[in-house]
Amino acid sequence: MSNILSVSSLRKTYGDVIAVDGISFDVKSNEIVGLLGPNGAGKTTTINMILGVLQPDTGSIAIEGIDLASRRSEAVERTNFAAVYAPLPGNLTVLENLRIFGRLYEVRDLSKRIDDLVKQFGLIDFRNKKYGVLSSGEQTRVSLVKALLNRPDLLLLDEPTASLDPATAKDIRATIRQIARQGKNGVLWTSHNMYEVEAVCDRVLFLSHGKVLLEGDPKTLPQEHGKKTLEELFITVAREPLTLEVS
Amino acid sequence: MSIRRILTIVLRQLYLIRGSFSRVMPLFAWVAIDMLLWGFLTKYLNTVAPPGFNFVPALLGAVLFWDFFIRIMQGVTMAFFEDVWSRNFLNMFASPLRVSEYVVGLIVSSILTSMIGLLVMFVIAAVVFNLSFLIYGLMALPFLLILFLFGIAIGILGCALVMRFGPSAEWFIWPIPALISPFVGVLYPISTLPQWMRVISRCLPPSYVFESLRAFVAGSAVSPAALLVSGCLAGGYICLAYWVFSRVHQHALRNGLIARYSAESVS
Repeated sequence: MSNILSVSSLRKTYGDVIAVDGISFDVKSNEIVGLLGPNGAGKTTTINMILGVLQPDTGSIAIEGIDLASRRSEAVERTNFAAVYAPLPGNLTVLENLRIFGRLYEVRDLSKRIDDLVKQFGLIDFRNKKYGVLSSGEQTRVSLVKALLNRPDLLLLDEPTASLDPATAKDIRATIRQIARQGKNGVLWTSHNMYEVEAVCDRVLFLSHGKVLLEGDPKTLPQEHGKKTLEELFITVAREPLTLEVS
Repeated sequence: MSIRRILTIVLRQLYLIRGSFSRVMPLFAWVAIDMLLWGFLTKYLNTVAPPGFNFVPALLGAVLFWDFFIRIMQGVTMAFFEDVWSRNFLNMFASPLRVSEYVVGLIVSSILTSMIGLLVMFVIAAVVFNLSFLIYGLMALPFLLILFLFGIAIGILGCALVMRFGPSAEWFIWPIPALISPFVGVLYPISTLPQWMRVISRCLPPSYVFESLRAFVAGSAVSPAALLVSGCLAGGYICLAYWVFSRVHQHALRNGLIARYSAESVS
């Protein structure tokens, strides 16, 4: 499998605070990688650097082999993202938002693509409603549609199901899994829902204090470190990362 | 540079204007009020001043040109503020949109919205105060062009300030035309100003426009060299403003300001 995303020795500091400390990882074709860690571990900083909206101090990012630092626009064309902290403009309707972002990503046959995704995500009745008046769950679904408009080879999802009810979240997980299996797509997914991570991700990276502390299959990783569940492992990473570093 | 992405910035602005009465009104309401206020004042001045000088083309014309500059500047900043108000920088700048495409999109949006204001000013000046724009002949073209370029430059500079210092810095932007106007002699000759103000005037392209406009209305010769200097200055200001905007954007990329813009960090 080829690498869709290659991150090498990425480091970012804010003054004296080290947000990301020389991490390296890949996301391969047809792979869903979970980026896990407690608040402040460096997940969002990492995603922002991959999106090209935050410049790393050192290290490199390549999307399908295209260096983000030197060919940003070309590299970013192959990505898209949805994040709870990046709502779409609330003063535009769902359709207007999708048309705007579809055009920014230069999506071909945009109207049909929007129609297909709006149907797939059950948003037909909300097409002409202002994004700002939708419920948080509906907004999340619209953001996911926006994230899929350009059929991104690399999809970045920062807590994509945080505002969804369990039934919708399950459907969305199934959809994302299906998308990840098509073409050469790769997905980088952050979540605090360990059940979800176990159900969706092929591989997880545990971040702590800006470093990759653990890496592996979410189904076997807890047992490898003497824990019963992924959640238990997560709590250990959050509270006692040194015990894991030693082990 | 992608034309499609540039036009998308314009389309976004059209969507917003189409759906909002509060965005449509400012396109022409303030210029209309300005035209009426200054139009009646000039009419009054014509009745009390000695005969032989017509205040309408000198004063009302100058106000018309000055309002055009303000519309252009605010057209750029308003389009930019839409992203500030909707906290949309992360979505915009995480897309393939280039900074140059974004800035050109703001400029094209400003041209379209300003044309509405200009048209309203033409109509009121002509219908209510009998001031035909044709009175300025071809001279109107360099006047408008210089003010357009300077308006774009100040608009881009304003956007850079707000990006650098956060949403509350919006209040730096609105008074900029009022701060500039005493120096550029919209309503009076530059010779009226004290020496230190004249030095600043010479650095501001609109000064040359309003001096030329007064000379033209008075039937004196207009200096092409002065207009050329003014045009070059305005072009220089655009280059400077774009450079400042790019630097601020680079700074925002380094310190994460784009990703967490509402935090108003100035670190």
